[in-house]
Amino acid sequence: MAPDMLLALLWKALVQTVQMVAVAGLIGTLIGLPIGVFLATSGKGELFAAPLVNRITGLIVNATRSTPFIILVVAIIPFTRLIAGTSIGTSAAIVPLTIATIPFVARLIEAAIREVDRGLIEAARAMGASRWQIVTKVLIAEAKPGITLALTLTLVSLIGYSAMVGAVGGGGLGDLGIRYGYQRFMPEVMLAVVIVLILLVQAVQSAGDSLARRFDKRSRKT
Amino acid sequence: MLSIPETTLSARAVAPGLSPAIAAVPAMVAFEGVTKRFADRGGQGEFTALAGVDYTVPKGAITGIIGRSGAGKSTLIRLVNGLEQPTSGTVLVDGVDVTALSERGLRDLRREVGMIFQHFNLLSSRTVFNNVALPLEIAGLTAKAIRTRVELLLDLVGLSDKAKRYPAELSGGQKQRVGIARALSTEPKLLLSDEATSALDPETTQSILDLIRRINRELGLTVLLITHEMEVVKSIASEVAVIDKGLIVEAGRTFDVFTRPKHETTRALLSGLAGTKLPDAIARRLTSEASSAARVYTRLTFYGATAEQPLISRLMSELGAEVNIITGTIDEIAGEPYGSLVISYPAEPAIVARADAFYAETGLSTEVLGYGA
Repeated sequence: MAPDMLLALLWKALVQTVQMVAVAGLIGTLIGLPIGVFLATSGKGELFAAPLVNRITGLIVNATRSTPFIILVVAIIPFTRLIAGTSIGTSAAIVPLTIATIPFVARLIEAAIREVDRGLIEAARAMGASRWQIVTKVLIAEAKPGITLALTLTLVSLIGYSAMVGAVGGGGLGDLGIRYGYQRFMPEVMLAVVIVLILLVQAVQSAGDSLARRFDKRSRKT
Repeated sequence: MLSIPETTLSARAVAPGLSPAIAAVPAMVAFEGVTKRFADRGGQGEFTALAGVDYTVPKGAITGIIGRSGAGKSTLIRLVNGLEQPTSGTVLVDGVDVTALSERGLRDLRREVGMIFQHFNLLSSRTVFNNVALPLEIAGLTAKAIRTRVELLLDLVGLSDKAKRYPAELSGGQKQRVGIARALSTEPKLLLSDEATSALDPETTQSILDLIRRINRELGLTVLLITHEMEVVKSIASEVAVIDKGLIVEAGRTFDVFTRPKHETTRALLSGLAGTKLPDAIARRLTSEASSAARVYTRLTFYGATAEQPLISRLMSELGAEVNIITGTIDEIAGEPYGSLVISYPAEPAIVARADAFYAETGLSTEVLGYGA
């Protein structure tokens, strides 16, 4: 393939991947973060104690997470059509990606919030903080390094997932790799796709790591 | 299980040196028939943390509640600001029934009750300044008012130069100073201290206790502290209550309780204090059987007027026998001088009689520990 043609294809696919990852990541986080906070604070005797709802939410989260992504994509096609108006293409692919991101983010945020020392909740209560203030000023503030790493991991996983939606015509780098590299026997396209994916993941991970380090004041800096 | 004997409580009113004016000081905290039971973690049965506590914490004083771990003291202090609710009974803070307050009412109360913790509980993501500012942010003060107040407090605890540091960059003592500044930020009338010095080394402990004492004097703040360390109570608490198995077993002025402990739990806790314990080598040799051939080992306790007289030299000439000094300590309990001396002299009836007469005449408090070589 001519280099300029390859570049044009790669660029188009990269834009699609970034689009899918960004939109699914953003919406998934907006919905997953509150669910994660809820999961971490609604157990028995906790801040927003609602053990039954907590249990049910946990079950739904587990069920969604244990469904293989490619099956999820196919299974929710009617829903996708309802939301996106179509079941093929990049915007249609964003729907299952978002659905898969929500429980993923929720569990990771839950774990990050649970890392916060219980003593801090007690201290905040003793200061007269409301439950909402405890969540915003203590739990999320203290879990910020953990949350940053959780969202980084989410983006990296999304990049991987987004390669799979090529199966339903979602476009993106994965789609390009399969269609040109595999089905048309063009190893140079496959190689280019893999290199771009590695660079993308590397960039996201490094940015997330350095942001998390900046937020983390738990250890003495020299 | 016995409930707290009436005599122990009422003893406070008649304790020597306690003027009626002080005894009439209104209560800052009053526990009335307080019990607390927790559902057992295994789901079977219950755990009784407090088994019926009646106790009042006087306004303006530093009161210590001491007990072993598991005695119920952590639960007791958490009832004061409503972090825990009693199973039965009432808890009054400055006349307000905490158990009857709504969530909103509790939040208002908590702004008038500061609390410091064993593990400081500072937010690692906030600077020293912002940690102290947190209760004020929560209360909804303006940034300007917060700045003024926080600067004043950091100056009070001697940490003005650390305002921009993070907790991880501070020593344990400095962290607790931040904790104290934070607890004082909303100008509370009561400070609760939950084992605030238990994670600190002895020297740092002393400096934190000095700070608490200063705050109590200068701001007139009532302090209620719980601890398992007798040294802490001895050093700063003017009032003490001993808690054991969910009950207050002894209470009163610290000096009285420490110099004349009545309950065995108090004695056991006090035995850890330096200078009150016989050296093991001697303790092992002692028997309780009197024998005129042996020597009698006696503990003399000095306080009040007896602490200031040359009693030992008089005792020696009075007895006409050789007196050995085994161990001794001179100390202060809640600011009052106190001395303890263990001596031995021949247990011949004539000498013992002369000694007893001398003790009666001078008003020395004595205790025969045993007989030995």
